[in-house]
Amino acid sequence: MSEERFDAIIVGGGLAGSAAAYTLAKAGLEVAVIERGTSCGSKNVTGGRLYTHSLRRLISDFEETAPLERKIVKERIVLMTEDSATTIEYGAEKLKDDSCASYAVLRAKFDPWLAEKAEEAGAFYITGIRVDKLLQKNGRVCGVIAGEDILEADVVVLADGVNSILAQQIGMKKELAPHQVAVGVKEVIGLDEKTVSERFGVNAGEGVACLVSGDPTGGSVGGGFLYTNKDSISIGTVVTLEHIGSGKGVKVPEMVERFKANAVIAPLLAGGELLEYSAHLVPEGGYSMVPELFWNGVLLVGDAAAFVISLGYTFRGMDFAIESGRLAAETILLAKEKNDFSAAGLSDYQAFLEHSFIMRDLRHYRNMPQFMDSPQMYKEIPALADEILGGMFVVDGSASPKLTTSVLSTVNRSVSLTELVNLGLKAYGAL
Amino acid sequence: MAKMSVDDKLGVDRFLTDEGNPHILIDETYNDEKQINRVVMACPAGLYTYEDGKVSFNYEGCLECGTCRVLSSGKLIKSWSYPRGSKGIEFHQG
Ligand SMILES: Cc1cc2nc3c(=O)[nH]c(=O)nc-3n(C[C@H](O)[C@H](O)[C@H](O)COP(=O)(O)OP(=O)(O)OC[C@H]3O[C@@H](n4cnc5c(N)ncnc54)[C@H](O)[C@@H]3O)c2cc1C
Ligand code: SF4
Repeated sequence: MSEERFDAIIVGGGLAGSAAAYTLAKAGLEVAVIERGTSCGSKNVTGGRLYTHSLRRLISDFEETAPLERKIVKERIVLMTEDSATTIEYGAEKLKDDSCASYAVLRAKFDPWLAEKAEEAGAFYITGIRVDKLLQKNGRVCGVIAGEDILEADVVVLADGVNSILAQQIGMKKELAPHQVAVGVKEVIGLDEKTVSERFGVNAGEGVACLVSGDPTGGSVGGGFLYTNKDSISIGTVVTLEHIGSGKGVKVPEMVERFKANAVIAPLLAGGELLEYSAHLVPEGGYSMVPELFWNGVLLVGDAAAFVISLGYTFRGMDFAIESGRLAAETILLAKEKNDFSAAGLSDYQAFLEHSFIMRDLRHYRNMPQFMDSPQMYKEIPALADEILGGMFVVDGSASPKLTTSVLSTVNRSVSLTELVNLGLKAYGAL
Repeated sequence: MAKMSVDDKLGVDRFLTDEGNPHILIDETYNDEKQINRVVMACPAGLYTYEDGKVSFNYEGCLECGTCRVLSSGKLIKSWSYPRGSKGIEFHQG
C-alpha cells in the first residue's frame, strides 16, 4: 500500500461501505475502501430481499444495471410443524410500486455492482486485504493498519459487518452476546428459470418471499426463509445463539435439512442442485443493541452499528446498511467543510440518523426482540394452527365435533387462553 | 433433493485455505462439557467434535460466521480472527 493519505478510509466493501464510498467519491473526496475478500461480496451472505427505497435515493436508475434476481410480488408466511404447514399468502399490485419495490438479491453478484458504481465515481478499492487494527494518535482514529502497511485518513468508516472486531478493539462496541445475534444458515439451490416461475406461480422476473416459523428450528427461537432468485432458490434457517440446543435440541446444520424435508417445501426444490452452502450472523437485538455510533475520527454503519430489524414476517438490514452508509458520508462532507473530524464534528451523524427511517423504525420496533423471544411463537402457535385446520379439513368419516368446541378444546390443550391473550398483547405492544 | 451431509455441502463451496495458519485456536484442555456441546451443536460447518471427553476442531471449512466466537470466546475459543486477506471461504452466490 502507498503512503498516500486519503480523505476517508472505509473498512468493508459490503453495502454500507460501498454506499458511503459512492457518496463520498461523487462529492469529489479521495476515498479508499479496504475489503478482506478477493472481491466485494465474496464474504457476504443475506437472506435475501432488498427493499429498494434507500438504494433508489442513492442511484435512481439502479434497475437498469443492478443484478436483481426477481421482483417480490408475493409474500408468504408459514407456520410449520414437523408434518404440517399453515400458509398465508399475500399478493397485491401495490407490492410492485417503485416506492416499495423489493427484489431478491445474491450478494456475491450484487455487491460487486455497487462497488463498481463507487469506483466509477472515483473511489479506490483495495481487495484481498484484511484491516488488522485502527491507527490511533492523540486520542483519535486516523487510519488503518493491515499487516505491515499503514494507511492514513481524516476519518475511518467501519462498515465491517456484524462482528465488527475493529469497533470492539477500540471499545466502541462490546463483545456480542448470544441473545443479541442469530446465526443464519443458507443454501442456494439451482433450478432452471422456468421451473422456478412455474413452481411459485409467478411470471418471469417476478418472485416470492417466504418466512417460516416453527419446525425448521425444532422449536428454538428462530425460523426459516425462502426467496426465489432468477434460476435458483435461497433457502435457510435463522436461530438466536442463546437458544441453540433448546426445544427439540436440533443441531444448527440440521435445521436447514429439516426445513427442506418438510412436505410443503420439498416439492419446490425437487431436482435442484446445491450451488452453495453458507452461514452468517444477523444482529437481532434491535434498538437496545445499537452501540456508540461515532467517535473522534470514526463512524459505524450497517451491521457494524446493528442496524437491522427482524420482525418474523420480514427482515431488514440491507436498506438500513445503504442508508446509513449514505448518511455517514453526508456527515463526513459536512465535517470536511468545518475541517473538524472529532466526535463533535461528526455528531451530525446522530441527527441525520434520528431524522431518517433508521432510528424511527428501530425505535418503533424496539420491543420486537423481546416479543420474538417467546418460545410459544415457534412451538405452540404452529401446533395450534395445525390442530385447528387439521380438525377442519381431515375428513375420515368419523363424527366431527362442532367447530367452536373443537377450536376451544384445541386452544385449551396446546396453550392456555391466558397465554394466547398475553402473546397477543405483547404483539400489540411490539408492533 | 436427497439429504446431504455437511461435509458434502462444504465440498460444493470454494475455499482458499491459509495452510498451516489457523485463524481460530481452541483450548484443547477446556473441559466444560455443556459449553463444548453448545459449540458442537451450533457450528454451521460442523467443525467441532466432542468424543470421549476430547474436543477436536478443524479450521478448514470454516464459513467465518463468528458463532463459536460469540458463544465461547475466552472459554473454548482461545483466539478468533478472520483469515488473512483473500484467504478462507469465497462465496459465489451469497
Ligand atoms: C441469513 C440472513 C438473512 C438476511 N435476510 C435479509 C433480508 O432478506 N433483507 C435484508 O434487508 N437484510 C437481511 N439480512 C441482513 C443483511 O444481510 C445485513 O444487514 C447486510 O448485509 C449488512 O450489510 P453491511 O454492509 O453492513 O455488512 P456486510 O455485508 O457484512 O459487509 C461487511 C464487509 O466488511 C468486510 N470486512 C469485515 N472485516 C474486515 C476487515 N477487518 N478488513 C477488511 N474488510 C473487512 C467483509 O468482508 C464484508 O465485505 C440477512 C442477514 C442474514 C445473515
Ligand atoms: S466461525 Fe462459524 S463456521 Fe467457523 S468454526 Fe466458528 S461457528 Fe464454525
